Amino acid sequence: MFRIKNKFNAERDISGCGLCGIINAKKIKTNGSDIKKSISVEHDRGNGLGGGFAVYGNYPDYAELYAFHIMYDNLSAKADVEEYIKNNFIIEKEEPIPTFRTSKIYDHPYLHRYFIKPKSDRPDKLFHELGDDDFVVNSVMLINQNYDGAYVFSSGKNMGAFKGVGYPEDIADFYKLEEIEGYMWTAHNRFPTNTPGWWGGAHPFTLLDWSIVHNGEISSYGINKRYLEMYKYNLALKTDTEVITYILDLLIRKHKLPISLALTVLASPFYQKIDKMDGEKRELFTALRQIYGSALLNGPFAIVFGHSNGMVAMNDRIKLRPLVAAAMGDFTYVASEEAAIRAVCPSPDIVWSPKAGEPVIVEFEEKNIHQKGGLLGL
Amino acid sequence: MTKSSFSNIQSEYLALIDHNKCVRCKRCIQNCGWGTYSFGGDKILADHSKCVACGRCYTYCPEGAISIVKNPTVLRENANWKEGLIKNIWRQSETGGIVISGMGTTFKYKKYFDHILLDACQVTNPSIDPLREPMELRTYLGKKPSRLDVGLDENGEPVLKSKMPPQIELQTPFVFGAMSYGSISLNAQKAMALAARALGIVMNTGEGGLHDDLVPFGKNIIVQVASGRFGVHRDYLNSGVAVEIKIGQGAKPGIGGHLPGEKIGADISKTRMIPVGTDAISPAPHHDIYSIEDLRQLIYAVKEATDYEKPVSVKVAAVHNIAAIVSGIVRAGADIVYIDGYTGGTGAAPNIIKDHVGIPIELALAQVDERLRDEGIRNEASIIAAGSIRSSADAVKAIALGADAVAIGTAALVVMGCHVCGKCNTGNCSWGITTQRPELVRRLDPEVYGERLYNLISAWSHEIQEVLGAMGVNSIESLRGSRERLRGVELTDAELKALGIKHAGL
Ligand code: SF4
Ligand code: SF4
Repeated sequence: MFRIKNKFNAERDISGCGLCGIINAKKIKTNGSDIKKSISVEHDRGNGLGGGFAVYGNYPDYAELYAFHIMYDNLSAKADVEEYIKNNFIIEKEEPIPTFRTSKIYDHPYLHRYFIKPKSDRPDKLFHELGDDDFVVNSVMLINQNYDGAYVFSSGKNMGAFKGVGYPEDIADFYKLEEIEGYMWTAHNRFPTNTPGWWGGAHPFTLLDWSIVHNGEISSYGINKRYLEMYKYNLALKTDTEVITYILDLLIRKHKLPISLALTVLASPFYQKIDKMDGEKRELFTALRQIYGSALLNGPFAIVFGHSNGMVAMNDRIKLRPLVAAAMGDFTYVASEEAAIRAVCPSPDIVWSPKAGEPVIVEFEEKNIHQKGGLLGL
Repeated sequence: MTKSSFSNIQSEYLALIDHNKCVRCKRCIQNCGWGTYSFGGDKILADHSKCVACGRCYTYCPEGAISIVKNPTVLRENANWKEGLIKNIWRQSETGGIVISGMGTTFKYKKYFDHILLDACQVTNPSIDPLREPMELRTYLGKKPSRLDVGLDENGEPVLKSKMPPQIELQTPFVFGAMSYGSISLNAQKAMALAARALGIVMNTGEGGLHDDLVPFGKNIIVQVASGRFGVHRDYLNSGVAVEIKIGQGAKPGIGGHLPGEKIGADISKTRMIPVGTDAISPAPHHDIYSIEDLRQLIYAVKEATDYEKPVSVKVAAVHNIAAIVSGIVRAGADIVYIDGYTGGTGAAPNIIKDHVGIPIELALAQVDERLRDEGIRNEASIIAAGSIRSSADAVKAIALGADAVAIGTAALVVMGCHVCGKCNTGNCSWGITTQRPELVRRLDPEVYGERLYNLISAWSHEIQEVLGAMGVNSIESLRGSRERLRGVELTDAELKALGIKHAGL
């Protein structure tokens, strides 16, 4: 029997993994076959208990709407959640997420997607003046926490997560990713070590248009979690990836830090380096550590973080997990293993191994152009 | 009533001399601050009733001729009528006074630190080798804004838009707890000042003012303002890196202090700014603080006097409702809250208070940290935990329970030779620590013990680095408040809940 939530009696879900990402800085779209090929090279980094993808630019016709991907394990949960959505959102379109029976994924939740926007006169307006993004975040947390049998696994605009329990290449077939097009892809192959697989636990983990795939185990999870709880984040999933996503949400969306600075919170430079910086910079980095020490991700990780303006890949502050990057024309590739990149781009212009804590940041060159009329967005 | 000189109380210890070994050098006579030994013409005599087992004599006997043993003469055992209780009744019936002693309680309460186990990495996340990788212990004490306020400079580089509130920088998360000049000797304070400077940490003047000799150590000193306001003036407030308002002390919550006039010599009189020979009395409450809003006024008076350049710490004893109290203190504007558990030390306190009032630091700390997080104000103040931190393991556990740093009091005195005999109140400390008798103070060499204090804190810091490495983190802030790395053993559900940790195996 499949599961969509972490109901195992584990305080947190621990896993090892493989990951990769492909981005085209000019927003030229490709279909999902490359990312599938790339992640399948890392087959042995997972154990069949979780695979997933995030794609950006796949819903150009609904680019202004929040695309909710929700998994249900029973239909009455669906009815309850839809009641909530109807009361609070305008639904432009809703439909089952197209899936294709393969021999490998025979057991799966009911998967449905909704293109929606928060109502301007929704009931909570009586109590708050929340912006749409904040309201969406609250709704996602509310559904994931309070609605048994339902789990929102994607909620951004013009992007989507496609994931499940299985090897990533099988998940790719299950969702037929070769028929989906996007200008940025990330993928993940999971090796959970303390829980059986659960559909919600597969990566990417997403919130609004952010997606994270992550390889590692955050040794500072305990304090990262308590720190986020102080800012009223509810850590329902008990995964490291959830922690990373929320920290980025807090730093970038709520505290308005530039992405580059937010990343130095996750893998902050050592004091021995900070002390050698000059005047203002030293002050800034010291303050960053003083204020955000509890948000430092300590322990091994490599992450690929996708957002509407681009992609970031980075390692922990002493590089305890593998991460390789390569560039070829407008394409940038990142992966746990160089072989995964060479499988789809045999001779890139450059290949390098990013240093500990130094992020690879790729931003789209034309951020504001909406690509309308993609082939198979829906 | 006429006084009878007869006492029921037998000597607690026997000072036994092996006269075959003794070479009659008389060092024991000279070393004992309590006058246990005398020379009987041909051999050393010991008055057992004076021995407090402070350990000085046998440490300095060149021949190893002295042994101090518990007086084997028994009181008939009775689990209800324990020896200490019976003796106190005798003592009090003889004197009519309150029983007073030094150091922390001697009662055998449960020590929660001893029921907490630490985590380590295996396979899924790697441990880190502290010999090969940096292991950061640097700690900043003071108010932290909840978010960084950044702007961009003309080159588009991020810069700080507003200055950080003042912080105390510690190279390792230890401070020396407050012990005043008067309750301890100047040499003992100097030893701590030397060590604090070498370690990049701070000591605390306690409530006795700042002696001129310590002024050059200002960068490593927290100056204290207590209810007696001894030695407090504008320059004093500005002479250290922070100011601490002392409300309470773990060993004696709710009561004040009393340094008898005979200890107030010229030097102490000058430092405390009171006449020679007068009793230095610290009232139980500050007479200008009868409420939380009064505390706020004093905090801001101190901030005004120091131009908002020094963090203000408030020291309180851990009492039953500590979480709400600390929340109030933080909201009143304190930048640091120093919480002192019930096993903390003292120069002198009534046993009734020391042995029965207050709560364990572990529980207080866990509750305070949780409460401040619940209220979303944990960043507003740093927490120093104190009350018999006996080892680096205690320190690690305290930090994981939520402390930013721990304070070392008794342990620092133990470095200087203290054997925790608990007789500090007599002013006869043979080790030159809690005494003002020049011939005793002289023997405490600040340089020697400064170096030993340095050694101890360095050793403990290395041990913390080992633990961090085993836990797979390389910075102390990843341990701070990380209760997930703690598990309890032999604790009830209520205890685990109060500590906010799980039982081992879960
Ligand atoms: S110090 Fe030792 S050797 Fe010297 S007189 Fe005392 S007991 Fe004898
Ligand atoms: S400091 Fe106090 S407890 Fe320690 S040896 Fe001196 S008198 Fe005894």
